[in-house]
Amino acid sequence: MSEIPISWFLTLSAILFALGVAGFLFRRNIITVFMSIELMLNAVNLSFITFSYKLQKVDGHLLAFFVMVVAAAEAAVGLAIILTVFKNRATLNIDEIDSMKN
Amino acid sequence: MPTSATEVYFPVLVQALLAMALAAGLLSVSYLLGKKVRNRVKDMPYESGIVPTGDARQRFSVKFYLVAMLFILFDIEAIFLYPWVVVYRELKMFAFVEMLIFVILILSGFFYIWKKGALDWSGADSTSRKP
Amino acid sequence: MLVNSFVSTPDLIRFLPEIILTIMGTFLMVMDPILQRRSSYAFGHLSLLALVGALGGSVYAYTEGGCSVPQSCPAFGGMLMVDGFATFFRVLVIVVGILTVLSSYRFLQREDAETSEYHALLLFSIAGQCLMAASNDLIMVFIGIEISSIASYVMAGYLRDDKRANEAALKYFLLGSFATAFFLYGVALIYGATGSINLSTVRGILMGPDVPSSVFIGLAAALMFVGLAFKVSASPFQIWAPDVYQGAPTPVAAFLSAGPKAAAFAVFLRIFMTAFEPMSASWQPWLFGISALLSMVIGNFAALLQSNVKRMLAYSSIAHAGYVMVALTARSEIGTSAAMFYLAAYAFMNVGAFAVVSHLSGKGERYQTVDDFAGLAQKQPLTAALLTIFMLSLIGVPLTGGFFGKFYIFKAALESHLVWLTVLGLLTSAVAAYYYLRILVMMYMHEPSKASSEVEPLSLGLGTALMIPAIGTLFLGIFPNWVLDFAVKSATLVK
Repeated sequence: MSEIPISWFLTLSAILFALGVAGFLFRRNIITVFMSIELMLNAVNLSFITFSYKLQKVDGHLLAFFVMVVAAAEAAVGLAIILTVFKNRATLNIDEIDSMKN
Repeated sequence: MPTSATEVYFPVLVQALLAMALAAGLLSVSYLLGKKVRNRVKDMPYESGIVPTGDARQRFSVKFYLVAMLFILFDIEAIFLYPWVVVYRELKMFAFVEMLIFVILILSGFFYIWKKGALDWSGADSTSRKP
Repeated sequence: MLVNSFVSTPDLIRFLPEIILTIMGTFLMVMDPILQRRSSYAFGHLSLLALVGALGGSVYAYTEGGCSVPQSCPAFGGMLMVDGFATFFRVLVIVVGILTVLSSYRFLQREDAETSEYHALLLFSIAGQCLMAASNDLIMVFIGIEISSIASYVMAGYLRDDKRANEAALKYFLLGSFATAFFLYGVALIYGATGSINLSTVRGILMGPDVPSSVFIGLAAALMFVGLAFKVSASPFQIWAPDVYQGAPTPVAAFLSAGPKAAAFAVFLRIFMTAFEPMSASWQPWLFGISALLSMVIGNFAALLQSNVKRMLAYSSIAHAGYVMVALTARSEIGTSAAMFYLAAYAFMNVGAFAVVSHLSGKGERYQTVDDFAGLAQKQPLTAALLTIFMLSLIGVPLTGGFFGKFYIFKAALESHLVWLTVLGLLTSAVAAYYYLRILVMMYMHEPSKASSEVEPLSLGLGTALMIPAIGTLFLGIFPNWVLDFAVKSATLVK
């Protein structure tokens, strides 16, 4: 029985990561930017799992667990920060948040 | 036995195509054959027989996000229980103590948000400070 | 493998600073809703106590934990490495923490902010940095970075109703987690290429017979470089630093510019001097050299144009990251020890300078421009004198720590034949003298401004937070050998 080659998963992971980077750089809504970061983290998770499968080692799965938990903690803090920004400015456009130019 | 990747995943592709075709087909058939009645009652959003109230685009209370965020946090911490369960038999007491420390730390976080009033849905609690 | 990773007493002793900080941090966090006291010095005292305890713990872990011999001090199955290098950086970040607590007493009272949560976050952040300093395993590095960062994101926006603080927190958070994702992708590639994330094991594999594809390793190293360069605010990844340092509360900005930066450089050194060292000879000088050059040029020239002192110090901190990058470019043990010495000197002088800004800026941090420093010497000669020490040290004048820091870094660069980098580094530090001296001229040669007329007398906490760095800066400038010897001794990282 054949399998999908490992390289396909790695390519998918790289594409997702690149999409995340592109989203981070080009999107203007803070929530979307934040979701792009989550996409990058999940792309990395896919890599971890793929390598773990290829190497027949279980530690890749554990790394993915840590990444997920940390991503959740980051999401909680990040959303709280975004909420306070929204409360103070009533905008979620990243270009409008630049009060500190000299 | 199928050998190449194409052969293994061909049925999946067929199924996906069939599902899409079926959905598209049913929708278009009912669109083409059905009688179109347009009036106020008919255009109301369907909410299982209950008369809808208000606009769907209203703002939710910030409490909603707070509780959702906290739920995600505590929910995801449970993920560490899975690998722990797998090795519990081998590590015995050591694993128990480790998990105890972990749970105590989680619980102290829970205690904190509880006393802080973050779980108080109504927001009418007077014992906690305004967050 | 499972059996070997059982926790033993030496493991716990070597983990003592983190344990102390976590327990006290959790305690402070839980006490906040119980006591319902908005502002109290007691929380600050407790935080100080924990930090002093952690300081003792780090020293104890080094001397009593059987760690005096560099080869014998791994903890938790090699995940941590409590050698002299780790101890140096642990002590450094804890001292930065102590100074931050001291300079926060007055600040928190002035802004009527909640104290216990602030101190809890500070302790968690320092625990993360201690972990970063000691970790010898990429997943520990990742967790350390995140513990440190997540707490500091909140601290940057601690004044919830302040627009600038919000903005600082948002930018710090978005760019910080963006950088972490890059770092993590690098970790994934290393894991895939070598099958391990332990730095010593990775090094062994890279030196062994089956060397994985150098393209793969190079890509992983580049991704990690991006992630860590963000954290140390080295060019071309420095864009966040000015906004964050300007918007964050001043004591927090002081902390961010010293603590996380030093810990991130510790990780930088450990990853690139142990794991990648066997195969980095061809690309490391270019990667680090160009980043060092850009940081020094951009940081120093942009700082010339700033009128806001916090923003100016932010650009200067980019430039200083550039000098440390020069030491990393040298790729030698002399370079490592020079970077360690420089980071210690930098922590003292920068925290001190920020503390003076915090003192002068007043409630709501209204006075932050260079002009506000006018006539400070007339009103408060002591504060002005201390700021003079910090500024001279930031310039790199002899008899201060900054001078010897730069001296050792450029010496290390010359020994690695990086003449071009040394020459450009010296030229840009000459440029830097201008904007530091501008503040001194303003302070001594002008009539008092509104800010310096209104400035309140030095409080005990802030006074101590100014005296310690001043003494430290002078000590490093007059007796550099005491610290340098230790740095040289521990620069031989456990491989």
